[in-house]
Amino acid sequence: MPAVVEAIDLHRTYRTTTGTFRRRSLEVEAVRGVSFEIQEGELFGLLGPNGAGKTTTIKMLITLLIPTSGKALVLGRDVVDDAHWVRERIGYVFGGDRGLYERLSALDNLRYFAELYGVDPKRQRARIDELLEMVGLEGREKERVEGYSRGMRQRLHIARGLLHDPPVIFLDEPTIGVDPVGARELRATIGNLKAAGKTVLLTTHYMFEADTLCDRIAVVAKGRIVAEGTPRDLKAQVSDGIVVEVEVYGIEDRAVDALRGIEGVTSVAVEDQDQAQVVVVQAAEGHEPTHAILERLQGVSLGRVTTREPTLEDAYVALVTEQPVAADG
Amino acid sequence: MAEAEAPRPAITADATGSAHLARVLARGFALHLKMMTRSSFDGFLNVLWPLFFSTVAFFMFQAGAGGEALVFASFGAAVMGIWSSTSTSAGSAMQRERWNGTLELLICAPVHFAAVLLPVTVAMSAIGLYSMVATLLVSRFAFGVDLPFEQPLLFGVALVATVVSIGALGFLLAVSFVRYRTAWALGNLLEYPVWLVGGFLVPIAILPNWVQPISWVLAPTWGVDAIREAASGGTPGPEILAAFALGGLYVAIGIAVLDSVLRSARRAGTLSLS
Repeated sequence: MPAVVEAIDLHRTYRTTTGTFRRRSLEVEAVRGVSFEIQEGELFGLLGPNGAGKTTTIKMLITLLIPTSGKALVLGRDVVDDAHWVRERIGYVFGGDRGLYERLSALDNLRYFAELYGVDPKRQRARIDELLEMVGLEGREKERVEGYSRGMRQRLHIARGLLHDPPVIFLDEPTIGVDPVGARELRATIGNLKAAGKTVLLTTHYMFEADTLCDRIAVVAKGRIVAEGTPRDLKAQVSDGIVVEVEVYGIEDRAVDALRGIEGVTSVAVEDQDQAQVVVVQAAEGHEPTHAILERLQGVSLGRVTTREPTLEDAYVALVTEQPVAADG
Repeated sequence: MAEAEAPRPAITADATGSAHLARVLARGFALHLKMMTRSSFDGFLNVLWPLFFSTVAFFMFQAGAGGEALVFASFGAAVMGIWSSTSTSAGSAMQRERWNGTLELLICAPVHFAAVLLPVTVAMSAIGLYSMVATLLVSRFAFGVDLPFEQPLLFGVALVATVVSIGALGFLLAVSFVRYRTAWALGNLLEYPVWLVGGFLVPIAILPNWVQPISWVLAPTWGVDAIREAASGGTPGPEILAAFALGGLYVAIGIAVLDSVLRSARRAGTLSLS
C-alpha cells in the first residue's frame, strides 16, 4: 500500500541579510535532505530541538513552503503541483497562542474556517457542536477567544483543524506551553485521532510525548534525520551504556569539551538546575568513565555524582547533541 | 494513490462552486466587520477622523470661496474617511494576519485567497462609512454648511459604488503586502496623496495636466464625484459606472497576480514571521 505522506530528500534554504549599512546576504539551510514515509493510520513523530527543521519540514508538507529541492507527496499528490487538492484533504494545527481571531468568539472562528474549508452549510452547525464537545469547549463557544487560557486555545485549534474531517492531520508542537493537565488532555485527544483512523504527523520536542503517542519516531537535528524507528528501537540504541551525572557549580565550556575526549563517551550535555548545573555524560557499553570525568574536572566545584542506566531521553539527547550531520536517516 | 482512492472529505462541498464563493465572501465580510467594530483604538480614530476632516474642509474654504466650494469640500471630506480607513488598514491587514498567525491558515484553506482577502478590505472600506456620515453631520450641524440631498436613491448607489471600489483598491494594495512584509507602510504613504489627486478637497481640473490621468484611474475620484452629483441633483450615472468598472479592474488585476504573488511568498518563506 502506498504511503500517505512521503518526504523525498527535502531541502529548504532561507535567504536572509545581516548588517545595517554593509548588508550581507546569508543562506540558512533549515532542512538538509529529509526523507521519510508515513503509512495510513500511523501516528508518526518528528522529534527534535528548537531550530532542528521540524516546522520547516511540516510547512513544506502542508503546501505553505516550496522545497528548495526534493519532493513531497500527500495521498500520492505532489504538494507543490497539486496544492489545492492536497489542502482539501489535510488539517493543520500548530501550538502557541496565535492562529485565532482574538476578538471573535470560538463559534465565529469555527464558522469562518468551516466556510473556508468548504464544510457543507447544512452540516456546519452539527459538525461544530460535535467538535466543541470533543475538545471540551461546549458551553464556552460564545465567549471571545481573548479570554481563553492557553489550553482552551489549543483545543480550539484542534477543533478548527478537524472541521473538514481531513484524513491526514499535521500537528506542529500542539502541547507547547500548555500546563501538564491540559497537555495530558491534548495527548488523549491526539490519541483519539489515531483511534479514528487518521494519519497523523506530530512534531514535538518532548521525548515522553513522542514515546507515549507515536508508532514511529524520526529524530531531527540540524536539518537532518539522525535516527528513525519505533520508540523501542530508539531506546535500544543506548540501553547498554551508562550515564554519569555530575553536579557542578560553574563550569566553563573548555572543561565540558575536555570530557568529550574521554574514551567511550558518546555525549556530554549540561543542564541548568537553580544555582548549579548538571553535567550529563553518556558512555558506551563496557566503559566506566566516572574516574576520568572527575580527573578532568579538577578545579571545578563539584556536588553529587551519580551513575544510572540510560533512558529514552538520554537516547534523544545523545542523538541531537553528538550525531555528526553527515549521518542522514 | 489515485484521486479515486482519496476522495474529498464527505462533509465538505465543492469549494469552487459559486454558492460557496458567495458564502465565503459574505461570512468573511461580516466577521471582519465585527472584528473591526470591536477595536477600541479604531473606534477612537473613527470619532476623531470626522472631526478632523470636516474641520479641515470648513476652515480651508470658509475664508475663501465659501458657498458651493464649502459643499464641494464637505462631501470630499466625507469620502476621505472611507479612503483613510481603507488605505491605512489594507496596508496593515496582511501584517495583522501575520501577527495573529492566521495568514498561513487562510492560505492553507482550499479556497482562492482572493475570496479571503477581498471581504477584508471591503469591510475596512465599509467601516469608513461611519466616518463619512459623521463628517457630513459635523459639517451640517457644527459648521452650518447647507448640504444638498436631492436624490437619496442615487446617493445610496453612489455610496455603494464608492465603498466597493475603494475596497477593491485596498484589495489590490493588500495583494502586494502578502509578499512583502514591510510594504504595509505604503498604505499610510498613499493616504494623503489620494486626498489631493482624487479631487477630495479641490477639483482635479486645477491640478497639473500630468496629474489628471492618475486621478482618472483612481476609483475614489469617481466615487466622490458620483456622491456630489447625486447629492446636488445631477446625473451621477457615468461616475457610478466608472467607479464600479475601476473596482472590477482592480479585482481582476489582483486575482491575476495573486497566484504568482503567493507562489513567490511560498518560495521566499515570507508567509510567517519566522
